[in-house]
Amino acid sequence: MATATINKARAGTRAERIPSFAKNAKMGHPRSKNSTVQPGRFGVYGGRYVPETLMAVLEELEREYEKAKCDRKFQQRLDELLRTYAGRPTPLFLARRLTQKLGGAKIYLKREDLLHTGAHKINNCLGQALLVERMGKHRVIAETGAGQHGVATATVCALLGFECVVYMGTEDMRRQELNVFRMRLLGAEVRGVESGSRTLKDAINEAMRDWVTNVRTTHYLLGSVLGAHPYPTMVRDFHRVIGKEARAQILKAEGKLPAEIIACVGGGSNSIGIFYDFIKDKKVRLVGVEAGGRGEALGEHAARFRGGLPGVLQGTYSYVLQDSAGQIATTHSVSAGLDYPSIGPEHAALRDAGRAEYVPASDAEALEATTLLARTEGIIPALESAHAVAEVLKRAPKMKKSDVVIVNVSGRGDKDIGIMRENLEIE
Amino acid sequence: MPLFFHKKPALVVYVTCGDPDLGTTRDIVLAAIEAGADVIELGVPFSDPVADGPVIQRASERALKHGTSLAQVLTLAAEVRQQAQSTGLIIFTYLNPILRMGVKKFCLVARHAGVDGALVTDLPVEEAHEYLRAMRANDLAPVFLASPTSPDSRLKEIAAASKGFVYAVSRTGVTGARQQLANDAQKLVRRLRKVTKLPIAVGFGISTAEHFAEVGEFADAAVVGSAIVETIERNRGREAAAVAEFVNKLSAISSPPSARTG
Repeated sequence: MATATINKARAGTRAERIPSFAKNAKMGHPRSKNSTVQPGRFGVYGGRYVPETLMAVLEELEREYEKAKCDRKFQQRLDELLRTYAGRPTPLFLARRLTQKLGGAKIYLKREDLLHTGAHKINNCLGQALLVERMGKHRVIAETGAGQHGVATATVCALLGFECVVYMGTEDMRRQELNVFRMRLLGAEVRGVESGSRTLKDAINEAMRDWVTNVRTTHYLLGSVLGAHPYPTMVRDFHRVIGKEARAQILKAEGKLPAEIIACVGGGSNSIGIFYDFIKDKKVRLVGVEAGGRGEALGEHAARFRGGLPGVLQGTYSYVLQDSAGQIATTHSVSAGLDYPSIGPEHAALRDAGRAEYVPASDAEALEATTLLARTEGIIPALESAHAVAEVLKRAPKMKKSDVVIVNVSGRGDKDIGIMRENLEIE
Repeated sequence: MPLFFHKKPALVVYVTCGDPDLGTTRDIVLAAIEAGADVIELGVPFSDPVADGPVIQRASERALKHGTSLAQVLTLAAEVRQQAQSTGLIIFTYLNPILRMGVKKFCLVARHAGVDGALVTDLPVEEAHEYLRAMRANDLAPVFLASPTSPDSRLKEIAAASKGFVYAVSRTGVTGARQQLANDAQKLVRRLRKVTKLPIAVGFGISTAEHFAEVGEFADAAVVGSAIVETIERNRGREAAAVAEFVNKLSAISSPPSARTG
């Protein structure tokens, strides 16, 4: 029978309760001595905060990715798929009527919306899918918010013959119905997630639970520059092509670098993709646009830099919208792809270093920008990308006519037609 | 021998604090101790419990509905400590509530509450430098998870960073009851024995007296979590009594310390 009894006469002290093994008293971990030089760190942000079961597979993924990066055949195959399957390079389009209407800076649009599957997400999906093939795995899982990453994942899985399971919050399934059907048509299984706010964050939780269970056979094709190392670095590298192309294209068209680059930031994959090759060009202002939602109170928006604090969510240390007890806050945005309480760790570092600035655009501003871009240029942007467009509407009129701005149109609006119809009063 | 593990196998009981409310959690914990639990893991509910299965997810949601916080769990720990001096108390949590409170402050408050150690689910040894320093400065035992997927080199690091005991995860996956125990657990314990003399507790999926006895064959302790939380969920109004019955059933299997060899 039990020997532990309540109010036992021989009251144990802490020293008695804890066995002391002197040889286990080693401090810390040698690699942790200077966290800023660890791989996967961006300043103090990033890292690898996951249950132990996932540590080995993350180490394996990091090794495989490092090998693939130096493998010319891998790179050639990826380049070829990006060109012949995804439709790269994407055009850099001069938006003449929008420029005229705003009367200031010359506005160029980077047309990621023209890619196969309708958004930049395919860049990363093709890259990771080729890695899955290298690692000899056959089952792929993913999370999706707006459904664009889910569709891109389902697409590459069909292309390479992998089993595909996509986790999606049921609230997002409702607002992105069309993408749910597209994924199923492509042969993927879409699993609805009922927990929490039933959006992107909850879909990631469920994907992580699947991964921790099926880690030996399954690759988690994470869709943004989030999560544990190596994801933020690897996903950024697969999207770097956006900025690389844009830099060459603008130099060719204008003979100079742009004054500003504007992109929306959910997790931050399209923005880091277009920013990255301009980071060294100190005169180019980098502007990330977060979801300002419908108000400034916690829960009404997804602007992490307007009320978030550094913390750990889903594997990485970055700015997180949270309450005073460290519980993660709910978020709101009209755009499912920006509706997430944390932000890629590299963005946190760029912001702290003052290299990039981050501003919010509200639901209403994004919807208004959608209509304006549709009517001036004949381009219906995704509601995510519309946040970037909303920011250029504020900035361009105040800039000189000789200035050049690039806006990343990360995706097209087809998937959002239902929401636009609900929210826009169009006769 | 560690006062932690009185019996063989010792019983580690996990509860999600604040489910259904903190007062009831205190009654449940004291009842579990009286019924023979050697160590109590006080689970801090978190909004995004990625390592937990549906049972603990539901309990966390219930506990968070009325705002259960890490600070409240530490107050609860102090109350339990006043009533039970010889039982190990471990704070079981995700990292973010600790970061929000501040790692140093957490350790200081935990120490004053009479807590013995902590297990942070999403904090692997690589990222634990500051935490380890603060834990040791306050004479608190950091307990780390070891997994069947951890290579031997990692097991060594985990054992070296751990104090009190090492928590061996019985299988890949989230917390939750299972019909059968995987033989992953036994293999992992064997590998851990080669790198540490610390006691080893096996957890994840242990829900029946049979599992408990089975784990006792090769490990020093077994952690029962989801099965306890489910008992609480199913016995509204008589949670403490129901947990006591369950714990009694498990404790009956263990040998008392006198029968222990080695």
